[in-house]
Amino acid sequence: MEHAISFVRRLGASLVDSVWRLGFAARFMMLLLIYSGQSFRRVHLTIREIYFSGVLSLLIIVVSGLFVGMVLGLQGYETLQRFGSGDALGVLVALSLTRELGPVVAGLLFASRAGSAVTAEIGLMKVTEQLKAMDMMAVSPIARVVAPRFWGGVISMPFLAAIFSTMGVLGGWLIGVVFIGVDAGAFWSQMQAAVDFRYDILNGVIKSVVFGIAVSLIAVFEGYDCTPTAEGVSRAITRTVVSSALAILALDFVLTSFMFRG
Amino acid sequence: MSRTTLDLWVGLFVLIGAAALLFLSLRVGNLSSANFAETYSIRVQFDNIGGLKVRAPVKSAGVVVGRVSDIRLNTESYRAEVIMNLDTRFEFPRDTVASILTSGLLGEQYIGLDAGADEEMLKGGDGLQIGQSAVVLEKLIGQFMFNKAAE
Amino acid sequence: MSFKHPLDECFVRLKDVHFAYGERSILQGIDLSVRRGQVVAIMGGSGSGKTTLLRLIGGQLRASQGEVRVAGSELSRLGRNDMYALRRRMGMLFQFGALFTDMSVFDNVAFPLREHTDLPPEVIRDLVLMKLDAVGLRGAGKLMPSELSGGMARRVALARAVALDPMLIMYDEPFAGLDPISLGVVGQLIRRLNDALGASSILVTHDVHESLAIVDYVYFVSDGRIAAEGTPDEIRASRDPFVHQFVHAEIDGPVPFHYPAEPIGQALLGSSG
Ligand SMILES: Nc1ncnc2c1ncn2[C@@H]1O[C@H](COP(=O)(O)OP(=O)(O)O)[C@@H](O)[C@H]1O
Ligand SMILES: [Mg+2]
Repeated sequence: MEHAISFVRRLGASLVDSVWRLGFAARFMMLLLIYSGQSFRRVHLTIREIYFSGVLSLLIIVVSGLFVGMVLGLQGYETLQRFGSGDALGVLVALSLTRELGPVVAGLLFASRAGSAVTAEIGLMKVTEQLKAMDMMAVSPIARVVAPRFWGGVISMPFLAAIFSTMGVLGGWLIGVVFIGVDAGAFWSQMQAAVDFRYDILNGVIKSVVFGIAVSLIAVFEGYDCTPTAEGVSRAITRTVVSSALAILALDFVLTSFMFRG
Repeated sequence: MSRTTLDLWVGLFVLIGAAALLFLSLRVGNLSSANFAETYSIRVQFDNIGGLKVRAPVKSAGVVVGRVSDIRLNTESYRAEVIMNLDTRFEFPRDTVASILTSGLLGEQYIGLDAGADEEMLKGGDGLQIGQSAVVLEKLIGQFMFNKAAE
Repeated sequence: MSFKHPLDECFVRLKDVHFAYGERSILQGIDLSVRRGQVVAIMGGSGSGKTTLLRLIGGQLRASQGEVRVAGSELSRLGRNDMYALRRRMGMLFQFGALFTDMSVFDNVAFPLREHTDLPPEVIRDLVLMKLDAVGLRGAGKLMPSELSGGMARRVALARAVALDPMLIMYDEPFAGLDPISLGVVGQLIRRLNDALGASSILVTHDVHESLAIVDYVYFVSDGRIAAEGTPDEIRASRDPFVHQFVHAEIDGPVPFHYPAEPIGQALLGSSG
């Protein structure tokens, strides 16, 4: 009986807690949008963040994209040639990358490379009272620190996903055409005939934009909301990576079911 | 890092990203061909469309001239009504015949157009008279078995 | 100097201020005022709510009861923009400096100027060098905060806090962790800056001797209330057991060493449930 009551009490407390946190998150998002105009007027702040989340993620994106494409080339060819359609390798590689793997894998890499860094940075600024100091200087930390990092991530992500897909297609080409010897003409022409700009490419880009918004929002919020201790920051970073991954996969399911039916 | 080097890197990044998007659109995707060309839509009815899907290509003599944009059941005739968008660069006579074909034995299905000899050309919204249904493998096999049994 | 001051001269005035973090009551009826030109010290043990008090005056926390007036405005009535307008005229030195770690010393001091003024870069440069010179660190402009010692960081933070020539400067434990020489330097600096700017200053500290040498008035905070107050001379002469304990650094006295808890014998022997 006592256990049951304490369980119910804990349930209630955690419910109240999450509602409170949700309200806080909503207020945070509202302020973020309100202050975004201000931070756009000082565009160099956002450019700086594009450097940190975009340029610095470039290497891992290029290398991973290439390897994913090469694996697709090997595995895809292995499967396709059983049905005598090794020529369709280009189609397989390009469709898997532009529709799914490009946005999803680039999003996951982006969350662990750039998202975690943003959370750590904002969290440490909170621990060392830099955010409070800024607020006391009548400069809103949301305008000066949070908004540029958010927009830097949102802008970087579609580019990173496109670079990932491009590298993947090139990796698939390298394995399929250069090493295995699939006919180059068939590889490219079948790809072009099957991949539709609006249906496949544009939908992939839309996915990457949505993932960019989700990951950036999670990253800045977890940093801003963290408990201001070393342990709190480390937990916030973990939460950023985990929630981003879940958000990306769940959103991917939802978007795919809307975009690619029929 | 100084502001100018940072700007340079970001500019380079955006450039590379834009190049990747361009590569995906033009080389991987079909933005360079048909897609943004003006199209006109043509209706045609089939008894059975088999596995034809929206967005399947429409080919004439093997050249892609358009795409299937919509498939529905006409509840008056209980036949499948297929709407396809054809590139305005390609005009077809009114008595053109559409048939549902399969690329390879198990490949994707597409619509093949065989141009007729009519003087008048199709306009947007027109319908084709003849649509030859898909060859449905199950029916074919069933027929074959039936004939064998009858022998 | 008399400590009966007319109301209109008060730059900061707290009346019956209560504050609690959630359920935990920290302040219970604080009355305090700071006149223009004064340097006022707030003393009290760790955890007595001194930082909380500063944050109430800075408007980062809201009093649950009572009123906080700064420059004639009642803080709880101010909207976000008015609050920011008021804060441009305040400078706060945080306990650990709170320098922006991704900017050089120069950029840290230039930060408020760049955010709030449209001054041309040459003017900003001159102003920053003047402020840095005032804290004796004109040569350190290119250093990053990670390359500074604790005392230097405190002085840079001080230069940043006064960059906009504030009307009110708040210092949170400016002496903590300083060697005796830096301690004297910072103390003199606080007084000189206050007088040069014609500002008012509030100084939160446990360092009795250093602060008694430079302040005009002292408040002692204990148990969420003002336990004692007076000018430095009055404090030194005071018979009040609380003040006596603090000034003479006695362990036993009205200020408890222990955070409130049950007696240790009971805690150790009693059931662990
Ligand atoms: N953000 C907070 N949440 C809950 N309790 C706090 C918070 N900040 C401070 N406290 C508590 O309030 C009391 C007063 O803190 P503070 O004003 O920092 O004391 P001081 O600066 O005098 O050492 C302390 O007991 C501390 O535990
Ligand atoms: Mg404190």
